[in-house]
Amino acid sequence: MHPDWVSGLSGGLLIGFAASAYLLLNGRIMGASGILGGLIDLTGYENLLERLWFLLGLVLSPILAIQIAGGHDTQLTSDVYIIIASGLLVGIGTRLANGCTSGHGVCGISRLSFRGITATIVYLLCGVVSTIFFKNLLGLI
Amino acid sequence: MKNLIALFCGGLFGIGLFISGMTNTTKVQGWLDIFGNWDPTLAFVLSGAIIPMAITWNITKRIKKPIFTDRFPKKTEQKLNKPLIIGSIMFGMGWGLSGLCPGPAMASLSFGGWQGLMFFFTMAIGMLFTPLIAKYLK
Repeated sequence: MHPDWVSGLSGGLLIGFAASAYLLLNGRIMGASGILGGLIDLTGYENLLERLWFLLGLVLSPILAIQIAGGHDTQLTSDVYIIIASGLLVGIGTRLANGCTSGHGVCGISRLSFRGITATIVYLLCGVVSTIFFKNLLGLI
Repeated sequence: MKNLIALFCGGLFGIGLFISGMTNTTKVQGWLDIFGNWDPTLAFVLSGAIIPMAITWNITKRIKKPIFTDRFPKKTEQKLNKPLIIGSIMFGMGWGLSGLCPGPAMASLSFGGWQGLMFFFTMAIGMLFTPLIAKYLK
């Protein structure tokens, strides 16, 4: 297997190419929470199909990748309370902030968007704080 | 055509997330665990994605419009506001708890077991109720 940073960098480049193609061809910002959230609360009603096709590709393509690369484990916790708390926080948080790691992180920072950069700094710091609190102090995760 | 491109971009995004290791929650939590066994992978993923995207944003300044639509997304209002900060705080806390953000949560749906499905549904419920919550922040 490749060292982690090689996989990280090459996977990251693919994400960057996907976001570039989506912007140059369809004129859209590739943000996962925005594409899904707009479907759920119907604010993205006018391009419903485009969103659905995007999500279909996102959900199905890793099945192909697994056939080639093998190895698949999310190692997500089985603690139901942590899953629910985390899911709600991520769902509400990304929609309130109007973006997540792909929208604010990848597309925002690369555009030098002040809001995107600020959001990324805030959620990175809070992710670190969350880890210190729940893992190192409480031992929950 | 736009739908076909959306399928392709979503697919490429999913494969990128999978290869980069971002669908493995321990790698993400390892990145956030700066006082533990710190894992720098996520920095490489973000850099790898941001560099081509920065070039692309520059290209958008030189060409009039995207190939299949009329215009590029405008830069939104650049003011910071309460929803942006509060939302990012909530997102960061949740991200640290599970190691999942929306993209990888969807990319791992096919192999993430009941845990992944449960995360996805609670995230979707959160998104469904966000418009109600947003009213109180105004």
